Amino acid sequence: MFYRETGQFKVTYAADQQIFPIRQDRIGVALLLFAAFVAVPAFASEYWFTAILTPFLIFALAALGLNILTGYAGQLSLGSAAFMAVGAYAAYNFQVRVEGMPVLVSFILAGLTSAGVGILFGLPSLRIKGFYLAVATLAAQFFIVWCLTKFPYLSNDSSSGVISLPGIRIFGYEFASPRSQYLLVLTIVSLLALAAKNMVRSTTGRAWMAVRDMDVAAEVIGIRLMRTKLLAFAVSSFYCGVAGALYAFCYLGSVEPDGFSLDLSFKILFMIIVGGVGSIIGSFLGAAFILLLPIFLDVALPGAAALLHLPFDNATVSHIQLMVFGALIMFFLVVEPHGLARLWQIAKEKLRLWPFPH
Amino acid sequence: MFKKTKQFAIAALSAACVVGAFSTAAQAADDQYFMLPDYRVGPYGANGASWYGGFIDYLTYVNMKGGIDGVQITWDECETEYNNAKGVECYERLKTKAKDHPGPIHVMSTGISYALVDKTAADHLPLTMMGYGLTSAVDGSVFPWAFPLVTTYQMQASAIVKFLKDKNGGSLAGKKIVFLYHDSAYGKEPIVALEAESRLNKFGLVEIPVAHPGNEQGAQWQRIRQENPDYVIMWGWGVMNMTAIKTAQKMGFPRDRMIGSWWAGSEEDVVPAGDAAKGYMSATWNVSGKGAPLIADIEKTVYGAGKGNLSDKSKIGTILYNRGVSAAVASVEAIRTAQAKFGKGKAMNAEQVRWGLENLNITDARLKQLGATGLLPEVKTSCDNHEGSGKVKLQQWDGAKWAVLSDWIEGNKSLIHPLFQAEAKKYAKEKSITPRDCAAEAKKK
Repeated sequence: MFYRETGQFKVTYAADQQIFPIRQDRIGVALLLFAAFVAVPAFASEYWFTAILTPFLIFALAALGLNILTGYAGQLSLGSAAFMAVGAYAAYNFQVRVEGMPVLVSFILAGLTSAGVGILFGLPSLRIKGFYLAVATLAAQFFIVWCLTKFPYLSNDSSSGVISLPGIRIFGYEFASPRSQYLLVLTIVSLLALAAKNMVRSTTGRAWMAVRDMDVAAEVIGIRLMRTKLLAFAVSSFYCGVAGALYAFCYLGSVEPDGFSLDLSFKILFMIIVGGVGSIIGSFLGAAFILLLPIFLDVALPGAAALLHLPFDNATVSHIQLMVFGALIMFFLVVEPHGLARLWQIAKEKLRLWPFPH
Repeated sequence: MFKKTKQFAIAALSAACVVGAFSTAAQAADDQYFMLPDYRVGPYGANGASWYGGFIDYLTYVNMKGGIDGVQITWDECETEYNNAKGVECYERLKTKAKDHPGPIHVMSTGISYALVDKTAADHLPLTMMGYGLTSAVDGSVFPWAFPLVTTYQMQASAIVKFLKDKNGGSLAGKKIVFLYHDSAYGKEPIVALEAESRLNKFGLVEIPVAHPGNEQGAQWQRIRQENPDYVIMWGWGVMNMTAIKTAQKMGFPRDRMIGSWWAGSEEDVVPAGDAAKGYMSATWNVSGKGAPLIADIEKTVYGAGKGNLSDKSKIGTILYNRGVSAAVASVEAIRTAQAKFGKGKAMNAEQVRWGLENLNITDARLKQLGATGLLPEVKTSCDNHEGSGKVKLQQWDGAKWAVLSDWIEGNKSLIHPLFQAEAKKYAKEKSITPRDCAAEAKKK
C-alpha cells in the first residue's frame, strides 16, 4: 500500500538508471542520511559514538571492501585484517614522517598503499581459485603481520611495536570529540559506499560479476581476466586500507600488529556471509549484526538473569553470550542462506503486494 | 495463531531484556566505584579469572571490614576477552558511571591499556597498569593519569641482570645471554633495557623471537643449542612458557639457567611442563601461597561467608591470585592516601584518587599492618616516578611450589629511567602534549 511504484513513470534513461528508481526508496535513503548526519549527532551519547556507531561504520567499510572482492568478483580472501593493518600503519607513517601532511591525503595514500599490496597478493588469483586462493591470501595475513612486527622502521622505532596515533586536524579544525570523529567517519564511509554502489553497477562491476559466475565464459566474451581480478583486489584493499586507517585514527587511537589477527579477518568474512554476499547494504547489515549483537547480549543478559533470579556470574554470562550469538548466526543462515540483505529484499517484495498478497 | 504466540513470546522476551538492562544502572552516590574490564573467557580466561578473583575478593574483604574508612566499594565487571576493541567498548560503557568516584582502572592487558592511555587522560580517569602496559608512563609529567605501578618490564629485566651478576661474583663480562621473547609488544619492551645492560656489563646478548602463540619452538632451541649461552632470559606468555621449558629439557638445556619474566612464572606455566620445570626460575613481585596473613584471612572471612569470587577455591594463593590481591591493595591504599588529605570517610573523586596514586607511600610497616608482607615491595610514587618501586624477587620452582630465592632486587634505575623519559618525550612530541613541571609542583607543596 505504502510501498508501491504505481504511477511512477520513467521517461528518461537517467531516471531509469538511477540508483534508487523507486521514489519511496529515495525518500527512505534521504531520511536515513538525514538521521545519520543530523538527528543522531544531536541526540546520541558519547558511548554510542565511540563504542557503537564509529566502529560499526568502520567495520561496515571493511566488509564492503571484502564484499567487492568476494561477493562481486568471487575471489575468496582471508587477508582483510592484514590489508587494514597496511592502511593503519601506512597512514601513521605518512602522518609522522612527512611534515605537514594533511590527514585526508594520508588516508588516501594509505588506501593506495594497501591497494598496491593487495595487487601483489592478488597475483596468485590468476592461477588458483576458490579455497586454494583463500589459503594464498592467508599468506598475506601472516606475512604482513610478521613484517610489521619484524621491522621497527614501520612503527617509527617504537620499542614495543605499538603505534600511537596523532590527533586529526583538517583545515585547522581539531577532530577530537567523539561526535566530530563520527561525522568524519560517516562522511568518508558514505562517499566510499556511494562509489562502490556505482562501481558495481558499471562496466567494471559487471565484469567482476561475469568473472565470478564463470571466468572461462567471461574471458570468451572479451573480459580481460588479469585486469579484472587485480582491479578487484586493488579496490577491495583500498577500502580495507582506508577502514584500517580510520580504525587506528578514529576508533582505537593506538594499534599493534597483533590486533589485526586472523580472528579479525574471519570476523569481516562472517559479516559479509551473514549480511549478504554480493550486496552493498548486506555489508552494513552484517557489520551491525556481528558487532552490535554481542554488545546487546552483553548488556541485556545480566539484566535478564537478575530479573529471573538466575544465579549467573560474569563468566557464565559471557559463555551464554557466545552460545546465543552462535545459535543466532546458525538460525539466520538456516532461515536465509543469502544473508540479511536477502531478507530485506524479500520484505520489500512483500511490502509491494501488501495488504493483498493474492 | 501459533505464529502470533511465538511473536508475542519473542517480543516479551526482548522487552524483558531491555528492562533488565536498565534496571541495574542505579548506583549509590557516595560509594567508591571500580570499573573492572576483566576477562574470564577466551585464550587467557584462566589467567584473568585468577587475577580478577583475587582483586574482587580483596574489595569484598575491605567492604566486610567496614569499607575504606566507612566508604563502601562497588564495582561492575565487563568481559573484554583480552580483545582491544571489546576493552574500549567496556571502558566507554562504564565510564559515565565511574566519573564521580572512580577507583583506579585495571585492564590486565597491554593492548587494552595502550588504547586507554589517551582516552583516560582525556576523560580524567586514573589508569593503573601493574606490571604491564605503556612503560614510558613512568614519567608522570607527560602521563598524569597513567600509573605503571610497582615495576615495569625494563626494570624487571635490569633486576634479572643484576641477580645474575651477583650470582657470578659481580661481573657478567664475557658471558652470553639469550633473550627468548614472545614476538609482540609485551616481549619487545625489555629489549632496549637489555641492550643497555649488555653494553654496560659487557655480556653478549642474542635476541630470539617466538611467534605467537609459541607452541612449536624447535628452531629457536636449536639455535640456542648452537649459541650455547650461559643463561636464557625468557619473556613468554601462555602456552609459550611450558613449551619452552619442555623443549629446553628435550634439547638438554639446564632449566636452572632459564629465567622467566613475571608473566612466565605462575603455576599455570610450570605445572603442565611436569618434571621438566624443576629448577626453572622466574621474577615476581609477589610471593605465592597462603603464607601472607592477608590471603589466609581473605579465605577465612570472604569464603567463610560464602562471598568468594572464585568457583575453584584451589586457585587461592596462586601467583596470579595473589597478584590480583596485591593490585587491589595498592588501589585501596591510594584511595586511603587521598582520604587522608581530602577528608576521611568520603568517596574520592577522580582528581583526588589521581593525587593518591601519585603520592602513594606503602611502607613495609604498612604492609605488615595489612598482613600483606611479601605481596608487594615498598611503593613510593611521585610526579616524575609513577612506578614507585622497580623491585622484584626471584623464585624457583621446586617441582611442587615456588620457592623464593632472593630478597627484593632493584633494577638499575639510573640506566633505565632515562630510557623512559626519552620515550615519553617522543610521545609528547608526537601528540603535542606540554609536560607538567614536576619540580615546580614539588616546590609548591
